[in-house]
Amino acid sequence: MEFSTPLRRLVATAEEVAGRNQEKIRDSIVKSIYLTAENIAHATACPKVEKSIDWDRKIDDILTSPVWGFPIMFAMLAVVFWVTITGANYPSEVLATGLFWLEDRLTDLFTAMQAPGWLHGLLVCGVYRSLAWVVSVMLPPMAIFFPLFTLLEDAGYLPRIAFNLDCFFKKAGTHGKQALTMCMGFGCNAAGVIACRIIESPRERLIATLTNNFVPCNGRFPTLIALATIFVGGSVALSLRSMVATLTVTGLVVFGIAVTLFVSWLLAKTLLKGELSLFALELPPYRIPKVGQVIVRSVFDRTLFVLARAVLVAAPAGGIIWLFANIPVGEMSLLATFAGWLDPFARHLGLDGFILLAFILGLPANEIVLPILIMAYVSGGALMELDSLAALRHLLVDQHGWTWLTALCTMIFSLCHWPCGTTLFTIRREQRSWRWTIIAAVIPTVIGCGVCLLLNYLVRGLGLI
Amino acid sequence: MAGLKPLKAIPNGAFAYVTKVNTAGLTRRRLLDLGLVPGTRVEVVRRSPMGDPIAVKIRGAIIALRAEESGLVMVRE
Repeated sequence: MEFSTPLRRLVATAEEVAGRNQEKIRDSIVKSIYLTAENIAHATACPKVEKSIDWDRKIDDILTSPVWGFPIMFAMLAVVFWVTITGANYPSEVLATGLFWLEDRLTDLFTAMQAPGWLHGLLVCGVYRSLAWVVSVMLPPMAIFFPLFTLLEDAGYLPRIAFNLDCFFKKAGTHGKQALTMCMGFGCNAAGVIACRIIESPRERLIATLTNNFVPCNGRFPTLIALATIFVGGSVALSLRSMVATLTVTGLVVFGIAVTLFVSWLLAKTLLKGELSLFALELPPYRIPKVGQVIVRSVFDRTLFVLARAVLVAAPAGGIIWLFANIPVGEMSLLATFAGWLDPFARHLGLDGFILLAFILGLPANEIVLPILIMAYVSGGALMELDSLAALRHLLVDQHGWTWLTALCTMIFSLCHWPCGTTLFTIRREQRSWRWTIIAAVIPTVIGCGVCLLLNYLVRGLGLI
Repeated sequence: MAGLKPLKAIPNGAFAYVTKVNTAGLTRRRLLDLGLVPGTRVEVVRRSPMGDPIAVKIRGAIIALRAEESGLVMVRE
């Protein structure tokens, strides 16, 4: 076949571009793009006069130094928790007092209207009390934690964390950006799962998705903080209490990070084998955070968003749990009957039937695990007015025989169990696979059961309790 | 060629010029896209606490690269 001259020329060019010289052509295209960009930049922008002190470099010298890099990272984590724990104490108490005062007024109103007892029970003792609990326990830590965290994010510190920790993720066979998705997981695991989009390789993204749950989210922090304050902090002098609680929570987070790395490594060696993808992470210049913007963004975009979600779940859940706790089956309530079934298994894990049931019923949102547990424990089946941690301690230790081992196992199980409903739903949406969603729920549950079982039998076997 | 070294062998604070990218396909394209085209002046700014990855200043941006990638980029001091 005979080509016309322009066509022949076109075919020759196509052969040149797509054939053996493909690489060379591509190189020259990229090179010429950079050359053009350079020329334009030279012609239009004048470079900033070299500053006498390069602050970015000085800050990085400290924050990523071989000696100080890791200690500073953990110190920052601990400081954020400490400020959150101590700062949240007082507002939590004020909120609880206010909200439970309002509950009494609601009760007066129901009495005045001669409303039936079950309606008062369902709406006030079930729905309202759960709401009051979730708001007073969750709002203050979130309102402190989220701005602090946004501040670190805005300043540009998070990429440095990824830079410091990358070698561990490389050894585990995953991407260093996983550290960033874990940071997001501290706020909310569903957000952490969405953040996994920043990892380009599907294999490494999946590993980050499946392990995000090992970072405790804001719904679980209040539980961890309350238990750490009661059981670990409770045994030392008052002045040291929040410090010891902080160290406990930080220790649990470090444990969670270790589990993340271990599970990632295991996945990369078995189910998700593959080559490491290209790692290139920009370390942007530090910026002075815009405080006003940080507060607005963290309060409206995060705090209120997460709180609204918790409230939306807690309200109906509170009502349903109240019904469960008050519908009698023979001698016992439905809730106590279920707990009785779970009890033999839960005992092996160092928990009891009620604790395990609270985790199961807490599937919609981790925020309601502690409220459910308390509602289930309190006789009469309604959440009592626990206006102080001392009252909670009395309920758990004196009435239900909790030991430090029960508390520790509960904290570990909180850290390692199935992700909440929202997170599972998000994993399903991001990965488009029911199989991986189920695996995402099975992995942490198996690990949590394993660790609790081992710990329980080890401590009891050694006669430490 | 004398004086040719992989980028990962350059000490902290030293400059070098890119001469070659020793890979093909997607990895090559990604490295070139970062601005690592032959002739570019790069500076190794720092190493992470464990020695890897390294932070490289490329055309004003600081990019962290693992040894796997920075070993592919050949430079001349």
